[in-house]
Amino acid sequence: MSAITNPADIIAPEGGPDGTARMNMIQAINSAMDVMMARDPDVIVMGEDVGYFGGVFRATAGLQAKYGKQRVFDTPITECGIIGVAVGMGAYGLRPVPEIQFADYIYPALDQLVSEAARLRYRSAGEFTSPITVRSPFGGGIFGGQTHSQSPEGIFTHVSGVKTVIPSTPYDAKGLLIAAIEDNDPTIFFEPKRIYNGPFDGHWDRPTQNWSQHPAGEVPTGYYKIELGKAKIVRPGEALTILAYGTMVHVCQAVIAEAGVDAEIIDLRTLVPLDIEAIETSVKKTGRCMIVHEATRTSGFGSELSALVQERCFYHLEAPIERVTGFDTPYPHSLEWAYFPGPVRIGEALKKVMKD
Amino acid sequence: MASDLPRANLQPLSLYVPEPKFRPGDTVDFTQVTIPAAGEVRRPDTADRAESFIDLAYELVRVLDDEGKAVGPWNPRLSPETLRAMLRSMALVRAFDERMFRAQRQGKTSFYMKCTGEEAVAVAAAFALDYEDMCFPSYRQQGLLIARGWSMVDMMNQIYSNKGDRLQGRQLPIMYSVKEAGFFSISGNLATQYPQAVGWAMASAAKGDTRIAATWCGEGSTAEGDFHSACTFASVYRAPVIFNVVNNQWAISSFSGFAGAESTTFAARAIGYGIAGLRVDGNDALAVYAATAWAAERARTNQGPTLIEHFTYRVEGHSTSDDPGQYRSAGEATAWPLGDPITRLKDHLIALGEWDEARHAAQDVELAEQVKKAQKEAEQNGILGHGLHQPLDTLFDGVFEEMPWHLREQQAQMLAEETASGRPWARKS
Repeated sequence: MSAITNPADIIAPEGGPDGTARMNMIQAINSAMDVMMARDPDVIVMGEDVGYFGGVFRATAGLQAKYGKQRVFDTPITECGIIGVAVGMGAYGLRPVPEIQFADYIYPALDQLVSEAARLRYRSAGEFTSPITVRSPFGGGIFGGQTHSQSPEGIFTHVSGVKTVIPSTPYDAKGLLIAAIEDNDPTIFFEPKRIYNGPFDGHWDRPTQNWSQHPAGEVPTGYYKIELGKAKIVRPGEALTILAYGTMVHVCQAVIAEAGVDAEIIDLRTLVPLDIEAIETSVKKTGRCMIVHEATRTSGFGSELSALVQERCFYHLEAPIERVTGFDTPYPHSLEWAYFPGPVRIGEALKKVMKD
Repeated sequence: MASDLPRANLQPLSLYVPEPKFRPGDTVDFTQVTIPAAGEVRRPDTADRAESFIDLAYELVRVLDDEGKAVGPWNPRLSPETLRAMLRSMALVRAFDERMFRAQRQGKTSFYMKCTGEEAVAVAAAFALDYEDMCFPSYRQQGLLIARGWSMVDMMNQIYSNKGDRLQGRQLPIMYSVKEAGFFSISGNLATQYPQAVGWAMASAAKGDTRIAATWCGEGSTAEGDFHSACTFASVYRAPVIFNVVNNQWAISSFSGFAGAESTTFAARAIGYGIAGLRVDGNDALAVYAATAWAAERARTNQGPTLIEHFTYRVEGHSTSDDPGQYRSAGEATAWPLGDPITRLKDHLIALGEWDEARHAAQDVELAEQVKKAQKEAEQNGILGHGLHQPLDTLFDGVFEEMPWHLREQQAQMLAEETASGRPWARKS
């Protein structure tokens, strides 16, 4: 017990609260867990390959060495078990941060997430809660084929009792992950793995950037958090509103820069709870709205966004709302760049929404 | 599509679909169920390695013999006071079940589930565990709450979804949650509590706590992935947890053969995971007590998990929603070779000279009165059949710790519907 709870064993985050460092998104996520494990002895990290090895994407690198095997450990390959065990640990009083190695592997855990974690507070009238944060890399653009590329966020936004968070920069990833870990409700934290190392403009045939040149790659080394449910205006503009999250935030920025359109780009950051105020204010101002996500189209989160904008901003709209999404096919391997909602698809939609 | 071309010399395949021995109208004959004599099964030391007693997964630990004597190495040698307390708890569970079953039939609530014939499985376990140990039950372990002395009025309030319901009318009747009594919120989804119990136990171990976890599921639910995930996790981390598989022969209308009972025992599931496995006479309160105490001792000394199969029989239907007469022979319950758990413990106490029929009959009357009194008190808070007892605005509470805008908006819509309906409902005071 003393090894875990003795404050003398808690290692202070390097750099101190005022320092910052250049980080890619992996390092920022790692730093968020590091900071939270140092602050709260009840935070534990578990998942396939997360321990000694530090995770297939290195997001948990160094944590086991620093906090011990009792707080950072590898698990059997059973996503149902990982989440079920996390729910039980949460009921005990811990604050687990389980990793599902790829979002594509989260389906065996659905019952534990949907029927258990998300419902526990409600069904027990607050006797038991599930303060768990499920981290999982998601999205395409890495030639991962259909089992390493999916964007299943719409499955979770449909479930009452669970929050869904998707960052688009290292700075946001750390601040949002800390907020998610501190949150007393279950949170799905999807990490857009295409932009782990750098922002991606959607041009797969051009050289990639890394976060070292990007302002949001400058990340405080200590504790800070970004409130869940608050969107960010990435680029203010007057001509139209673009709603996006994750990788698509960067693709959209590149597209409107090339097209020379004065778009207002809103990075939603949290899908549930959604920052409806930011959306409504912006669309009422611009009168046009384009929604962009990688996930499949039908019943995707874009459908919900489109309905909300229509309900709240109908009399301000000057054109039909445009949805730019992945196709309703399994995620392909060799045809990835035909599937991915890249600059061409977004550009065409932009022309449509800006017509008249 | 099957090919039209026969492949020479190969026998056609045939699909085997299990079928229970007896269907409605059949005469029941359980002579093929092997019941070893009480006291015959060895009791390994709690420090022994699981692989050294895999034979126990195929035996049947029994303490009470046909004459009501407690025999053999598993005899827990309980005091007469404890035996009487256990008997009383079991009889109280039965009285509670009778009363609540009838309440459902009277239209006072929507649903009920009895545990008739399985009272020992939960009650004796509760006596063997520490009060602080955490239970992750399925829906048929009401005996845990009764044995832990939890308020029957509180349980009934939940069954009635009335204004005294601690769960605010959110759960189907009998899906209790009582954190104070170490009783985890029951889920209707089967075996989900198994990995949760392991997680709780792992957390307890990681924190250097001394409490252990115990969980229950039916034999049918062992087919769920959660069961196997839990066994793997528990084995890997040597979690201080007790897995109870209540083999009551029936999962609604599916007999145990659909969970694999024709091929092996449920206790034998433990062997593949390298965890301790015991097969116990679930209608023998002393055997259940002894097995639970043995498993608890292993867990408390970091020997890891134990899987206990409780071989028993579900005397009544699955719930108030099914009629067992439609799928199984009515003769099964009386022909069940392991008898009734309450009668067997009563006979034991009588054989010890610590109890008699007259006291037992008087106790039954007293317990029935106690349940009736609790029912009256609970019904002061309302019954489900008489409408909605929960303040309307609580519907949206507790989805999240703080209510987000979209739920506030939907709540406002609901309150507007109330106004439009012209039928005002109760509000939070």
